[in-house]
Amino acid sequence: MKNKRSLLWFIIIITFIAVFIDIPSSLPLKFNLGKFKVDYTLKRPDININIGPLSYQKELKTHLGLDLSGGTHLVLEADMNGISKNDRNQALDSAKNIIEKRINLFGVSEPVVQSAKVGDSYRVLVELSGIQDINTAIDLIGKTAQLDFREEATDAAKIASTSAYANVWTKETGLTGRYLKKSEVTFDPNTGKPQVALEFDQTGAKLFEQITAESVGKTLAIFLDNMIISAPRVNEKISGGKAVINGNFTMEEAKNLSIELNAGALPVPIKVIEQRNIGATLGKESIDKSILAGVIGLFIVAVFMIYNYGFLGFIADLALIVYALLTFAIFKYIPVTLTLAGIAGFILSIGMAVDANILIFERMKEEQRAGKLKHVALDLGFNRAFPSIRDSNFSSLITCAILYWFGTGIVRGFAVTLAIGILVSLFSAITVTRTFLRLVIK
Amino acid sequence: MNIISKKWWYFVLSGIVIVPGLISLVTYGLRASVDFTGGTLLELQIKNEPFDKTQGRQLKIKNEDLKKVFTDNKVEVGSIQQSGPDMYLVRAKEIDKNTVVKIENTVKAKYGNVKEERLETVGPTVGAETTRKAITAIIVASLAIICFIAWAFRTIPKPYSSLKFGICAVAALVHDVLVVTGIFSLLGHFYKVEVDSLFVTALLTIIGFSVHDTIVVFDRIRENLRKLSGLSFSEIVNDSILETLARSLSTTLTVLFTLFALLLFGGETIRWFVVALLIGIISGTYSSIFNAAPLLVVWEEMKGKRRK
Repeated sequence: MKNKRSLLWFIIIITFIAVFIDIPSSLPLKFNLGKFKVDYTLKRPDININIGPLSYQKELKTHLGLDLSGGTHLVLEADMNGISKNDRNQALDSAKNIIEKRINLFGVSEPVVQSAKVGDSYRVLVELSGIQDINTAIDLIGKTAQLDFREEATDAAKIASTSAYANVWTKETGLTGRYLKKSEVTFDPNTGKPQVALEFDQTGAKLFEQITAESVGKTLAIFLDNMIISAPRVNEKISGGKAVINGNFTMEEAKNLSIELNAGALPVPIKVIEQRNIGATLGKESIDKSILAGVIGLFIVAVFMIYNYGFLGFIADLALIVYALLTFAIFKYIPVTLTLAGIAGFILSIGMAVDANILIFERMKEEQRAGKLKHVALDLGFNRAFPSIRDSNFSSLITCAILYWFGTGIVRGFAVTLAIGILVSLFSAITVTRTFLRLVIK
Repeated sequence: MNIISKKWWYFVLSGIVIVPGLISLVTYGLRASVDFTGGTLLELQIKNEPFDKTQGRQLKIKNEDLKKVFTDNKVEVGSIQQSGPDMYLVRAKEIDKNTVVKIENTVKAKYGNVKEERLETVGPTVGAETTRKAITAIIVASLAIICFIAWAFRTIPKPYSSLKFGICAVAALVHDVLVVTGIFSLLGHFYKVEVDSLFVTALLTIIGFSVHDTIVVFDRIRENLRKLSGLSFSEIVNDSILETLARSLSTTLTVLFTLFALLLFGGETIRWFVVALLIGIISGTYSSIFNAAPLLVVWEEMKGKRRK
């Protein structure tokens, strides 16, 4: 049977791919084998495939949640009282953007910054791993954005003597984000290219008219938190409080600039409504303990299966190993952020993964007792157990979906790992076990 | 073996487990963590026990002394527990970050080597939101499961209705939720065990497992009903339970093995999460065999009587 063979090869190949993904990117091997001494560091390259026009790169590593890596989880709430209802989403985007920028100043690895709207509450979720002085970070993150416009210094010598941006535009104009109503991306009616439009309020319009009149032909710089974000050239005196910045913007660039301008135009005070700091040592301990628990759990389940079902149990154990390898590979590939609860979910799913096997094997025993031949019992066992496996696992997936929907952080991690575990266990318990068994039982 | 004929005994046994928990739930409630109530949880590692010069011996850190540091800063302390060697877990009303720094500095000055291991502050709005979400999640999950079972079992032969199967499965699920929350209410009252969002996760997982188990039994009933064996409904249900008994016990055992491994080696943070799962899994297996299926029979018999 050709079909059987190809399935077996398929299982072998994906298991190998899974092993490749599973092993850490560098694995030191050090042991003595009789006279041979092995001291070698195994290096796994990241995925980097280039075939003609196809190119695919992926860095593979285990993403650990804050409870394992140590770090800080913050929920910030933006106070939208001063912002009109229509502009609130934009204001939240800008707040998130500016928080992201400030965090990048800390050089934290892989910070997570997400905006979320819960009822009437506009929030930004921040996850930082490995920050020493979290209080300074919170102070900096929580500061309201400062936007202002600065003119070129008239002193030409000064410009020549320094190359730093901040020293070129030293003349503060008094025009700040307070006078900017909002900014949005529009399109140049002549060229169709994206541009960034600015709209000032009455006072702002007057100030802006004055400033542009003075610096025709020169550049006017826009600073956000004392960092320059744009320095367009003033082509003419602009009155009426509406201006556009055009250049060779891509859509993305124009959007970003507009978001940054809005951070100044629609400033929102930020306050911390939830904070969780987890020490790194606590995390490290937890990982070691969970891995130990997982290995022991896997081992006991394996022994139990062999004790209870003999050779069938052994085959189920092979499938279980394929299951563990595949699941972990998927976690690394997607990547799923592993939390303590997530690992617990994974370990729990080891116990549940064999459930389908148990259902099938019990059914086979029954059919054999009813006088069926071994290979007939095998097929009957699989077919008759299938509806209950399908329905029961589907109901578990429903609860996973609800967990995910209910969840924040930890709970979601658990739901995702459990759901992936259930799906992979269906594959391993049914397809993998069946393929192995068909090869053995003729 | 005839399980169905003794069904009332099994219902009574469930009652014996559930009722004390229920009473505790009504009188004491659950000990909710900062996840739900809002507040601050601070875990400090205090390594060097202070050396008392006047008496020339090591002085033990007293919880009351530690508490005083907090109350001096006008912080209302809920409880202080030793969560491990040199580890102190403080639960308090919401503390702002400047006060936390002040408190930590005072503790440092007093006891020397102090490290902040964990600091969790949850605002009251977030806490209320989590509570609301947790309750909705459990209700939505139950409704979704009734609908799913009613749909999955739509092909069972008349006069049996698939909706009844769904409702009985959910009755078993409610049983498990009551067992676990009841026991945790008692644990909370007597051993200060708190329920947090991980507890809700455990509950939802238990719901999933309980239904998973119930469906396996119900699936066999469905299959045996189609065979038209001429047996009565209660006989069919009894046979189905017995036929799936080996599987139910095996699966529960494998899950319990992994959970015990987690309980013994998995560390402090998820201990009560694992305990909740352990209780729930045992209750889930029990309820699918001894509650859900017998309940179907009770329902059918009641219907039969009314017809007569």
